[in-house]
Amino acid sequence: MILAALQPVVSEPNVLAHLLVIFLAAAFTENILLARFLGMCSFLAISRQMKTSVGLGFAVVFVTTFTAAINYLLHTYVMVPLDIVFLEYIVFIVVIAAFVQLVEMIIERFSPSLYFSLGIFLPLITVNCAILGVSLFMLNKQGFGFWESLIFGLGSGIGWLLAIVLMAGIREQIKEDKIPPGLRGAGITLIISGIIALAFVAFSGMIK
Amino acid sequence: MSFKDTAGGKALISNLWNENPVFRQMLGICSTLAVTNLLKNTLLMCGGLVFTAGLSSLTISLLRNYIPKQVRMMVQVLIIAAYVIIVDTFIRAQFPDIHKTIGPYVGLIITNCIIMGRAEAFASKNPAWPSLLDGIGAGLGYSIILIAIAFFREALGFGTLMGYELPGKEIWWYQWTIMVMPPGAFFMLALMAWFGNSYVLKKQGDKK
Repeated sequence: MILAALQPVVSEPNVLAHLLVIFLAAAFTENILLARFLGMCSFLAISRQMKTSVGLGFAVVFVTTFTAAINYLLHTYVMVPLDIVFLEYIVFIVVIAAFVQLVEMIIERFSPSLYFSLGIFLPLITVNCAILGVSLFMLNKQGFGFWESLIFGLGSGIGWLLAIVLMAGIREQIKEDKIPPGLRGAGITLIISGIIALAFVAFSGMIK
Repeated sequence: MSFKDTAGGKALISNLWNENPVFRQMLGICSTLAVTNLLKNTLLMCGGLVFTAGLSSLTISLLRNYIPKQVRMMVQVLIIAAYVIIVDTFIRAQFPDIHKTIGPYVGLIITNCIIMGRAEAFASKNPAWPSLLDGIGAGLGYSIILIAIAFFREALGFGTLMGYELPGKEIWWYQWTIMVMPPGAFFMLALMAWFGNSYVLKKQGDKK
């Protein structure tokens, strides 16, 4: 039964184009951060530094991709047949927490410096809205199979990575600039996010 | 001793303004910001948030001596998730139309940093009654800001409030399309942060 899910998308005549559209939509037009405001807390706090932003960004890409796929399989093959869909929040959160623990151990093993600079934000990925959001939005989409979900997770993660890296780059540039005292920190970051979001709105012409 | 001087009253009131989670800490904006283009959806989400924040703080505080330290984050998330399922079921039953648009965002209340933050910072160390009030206060303090944002976004973007048209709309109203789109929320929140921070900075300046 599980193997049946892993079959490529045969109903679409052009599989690659179909998946590419899902990927681009998730990364650009429906950017999880700029269009849906998910993952703002860690975005505002971490985007001060380029290096940590890239690290956290890739951690998010990794976690969203795999948790979307795992949660899709659990939802379709366990929760729907057993009629326990109302438990989906709890199941998703547990899957995400377990997965984050795994990523944490991997980063600690291979890059202790990154591990220390990410500090508290790594465990906080568990409560990063973006990760749970991807799993929930995935279920909201019509006709998503396993591969579509995987690509959707990957695209959303890449979109988040793109947004935080753009922001970190800009924030490093304006560090020395004169900004009204009340706007320093969160205020100016939100205004820049708004401007980046405006630019991303323009992408919506790309996908019909 | 008046209500304002009790531990619970203090917790409730400080959350509304002096330690307002959005103004002071920029926490937890993720789950609700996306639905602020309509006031009705925002009110519903904020109601759900206050309910979850209050009752999960109460529960966590009652159980605080029984939860082992190592797994406390997980237990807290599960308690919060249980209350969010109640909110979700309620909205699904009472407002099925609205649930179609805000469905995934209701689930994201679980990952709202404010609830988790209050649980960790206050409820896990304090008795039940102040914790309940602290949770409700954090929820309300957050709701005030979000409702203000939604008020301006709906009025400027759609020319309506709660779905009703503004009086004399034809004469003076001009649509700000940007307020309907995601960037509008970023700019509104930035203005709110600017206003809040400037007020605090001025107050600090006066003290010196």
